[in-house]
Amino acid sequence: METLANLSMGFGVALTPFTLFLAVAGAFLGTIIGALPGLGPSNGVAILIPLAFALGLDATQSLVLLTSVYYGCMYGGRISSILLNIPGDEPAMMTTLDGYPMARQGRAGDALVISGVASFMGSFLSTVGLVVIAPVLASIAYLFGPAEYFALYALAFATLGGMTSSNQAKSAFAACLGLGLAMIGLDNATGLPRFTGGNLHLMDGIDFLVAIVGLFAISEIFIFIESHGRSSAIGVTLGKLTIPWADLKATFATMLRSTGLGFIAGILPGAGASLGSFMAYMAEKSWVGSSGRFGKGDPRGVAAPEAGNNAAAGGAMIPMLTLGVPGSGTTAVMLALLMTLDITPGPLLFKEQPEVVWGLIASLFIANVVLLVMNVPMVKLFVKILMVPPWILMPMVTMVSFVGIFSLSGSYFDMLLMIAFGVLGYVLRKLEVPTVPVILGILLGSAMEDALRRAMVISDGDWTYLFSTPIALGLWLFAAGGFLAPMFLRRLVKRPPIPPSDMPLDAD
Amino acid sequence: MASDRIFGLVVVIGALAFFAGALQIQTSFLSDPLGPRVFPILISGASLLCGLSILARPDPEPHWPVRAAWVAMGAALVVLVAYAYAVVPLGFLIPTALASAAIGYLIDPKPVQSVIMGAALSAVLYIIFKFGLGLGLAALPRALMG
Repeated sequence: METLANLSMGFGVALTPFTLFLAVAGAFLGTIIGALPGLGPSNGVAILIPLAFALGLDATQSLVLLTSVYYGCMYGGRISSILLNIPGDEPAMMTTLDGYPMARQGRAGDALVISGVASFMGSFLSTVGLVVIAPVLASIAYLFGPAEYFALYALAFATLGGMTSSNQAKSAFAACLGLGLAMIGLDNATGLPRFTGGNLHLMDGIDFLVAIVGLFAISEIFIFIESHGRSSAIGVTLGKLTIPWADLKATFATMLRSTGLGFIAGILPGAGASLGSFMAYMAEKSWVGSSGRFGKGDPRGVAAPEAGNNAAAGGAMIPMLTLGVPGSGTTAVMLALLMTLDITPGPLLFKEQPEVVWGLIASLFIANVVLLVMNVPMVKLFVKILMVPPWILMPMVTMVSFVGIFSLSGSYFDMLLMIAFGVLGYVLRKLEVPTVPVILGILLGSAMEDALRRAMVISDGDWTYLFSTPIALGLWLFAAGGFLAPMFLRRLVKRPPIPPSDMPLDAD
Repeated sequence: MASDRIFGLVVVIGALAFFAGALQIQTSFLSDPLGPRVFPILISGASLLCGLSILARPDPEPHWPVRAAWVAMGAALVVLVAYAYAVVPLGFLIPTALASAAIGYLIDPKPVQSVIMGAALSAVLYIIFKFGLGLGLAALPRALMG
């Protein structure tokens, strides 16, 4: 009952005209960002954050805008997967496998409608799951002391590194790099400078927004210049849209199963939507068995990954809101936003600022309905926008990034730092070092150190304290499992062949 | 192979440098049991392990760009840095038009198309940022604005 009361309060916050406008605008922008190859949820949200500040949005409003963009990306990514055989972003990768063959058979419209409805099912049901599970998890989170938090941060790095990269050493290094960068600046406890090299600009530390925009958006420019934007392939044309009721009915059970799997993948800290769509597709394929025509245009092969990645996007909000540990790259970017607004996600957020949490949840429901309308009847509009060539898109991304970062601090130093992070991001991506752990490290570095130091104050320097409670021990075991398990699973589960793309895709 | 060997070496050297840097951090007698040095030292230790394991088990060589692409990316870097220095003293419109045109040209080398796109993009973004979002951007060089 309390949940319903909270939810209706949330709708009270979300149904103001301006918030509603932000949800619609975010959903629209998100679908475009998701659909354009080269722009994905994490860099799309990253370049919008500084602008959200410049607009003077408050916490609820900025969260509504950015989560609508996030959800929108999850819907939009499928459009270019189906029409161009190029995934619009990484979570939409699995959709190319059956979406493009369907389009080749003249069923592009059907594929778009089925995947749109699947997206809706996935994100709507996972938002319901968020309503049910988040308060429970928030109440469990009260039991967490510094030792548990330290273990939880380790868990986030371990699962993120284990799941997203093919080389564990490289993803672990990425996390270390981020943590190391977080050390730059004044030490919280003693107020003494660390690793600043005497540079005054570095005393406040590295602004994570600068790092995020550099690593995600500026590095993309170099990738595009290297590839000369070759990815703008000629797509399949889209005929008249009709609603394939028979297919929708046939794929209904698929959508439900995939939603469940995707949701679980999303809740795992660090795993994210790409894993959700991957798991959903693979599970559906083995569930159906040899009777399916997977890889040759099976509608279930379109429904499963789309329900899976949208469900994961909703699930990923849960650890971010209740524990302050993001479940994906994009929720990491949102955590950066919250921290910049001086809001600490965690159990206290639910108690002290329920209007932020529940307003956000209510607007997720609204954004979903808006997105269903945009992505099924109005999908032709986005197909037109998809034709924007990279030589217009990339300069635009660059300039929006610059203006965003400039409007945050007004200093040229931050712009130069952003460019430096862009170069770093390019080199890391070339060497197949994942960039999301770097961001997570910069974000969580001081909180992680803080947890460790408080734990040591409590235990008076006894390191075994970190493993002294059942919860902490469980988290450590999970962390070890999440980091090591993919090494063995990789040999068992073979990835299906993904169509070759000229560019590395941005993570979610 | 070669790339990852170099990369692993850079990581190892970086980890050692970070360790040396951590030892330089001043501590205060008011500090907690752990102090400001221990966590950075832990990070440097972990990075060292990562670096050594990258050295031991390098990945296959990535597809590095060809020479022309390096030149183009170098040019883009110069453009971006120049833009960062120019946008405050010269105002928004002119540097933005030039930088957008340059980046557009580097992606698709057609001069006329790039120049038109740069000018149009600069104007459109200025209108959106200034009047749509209400950001305080100076349009033209300060000297001209008086």
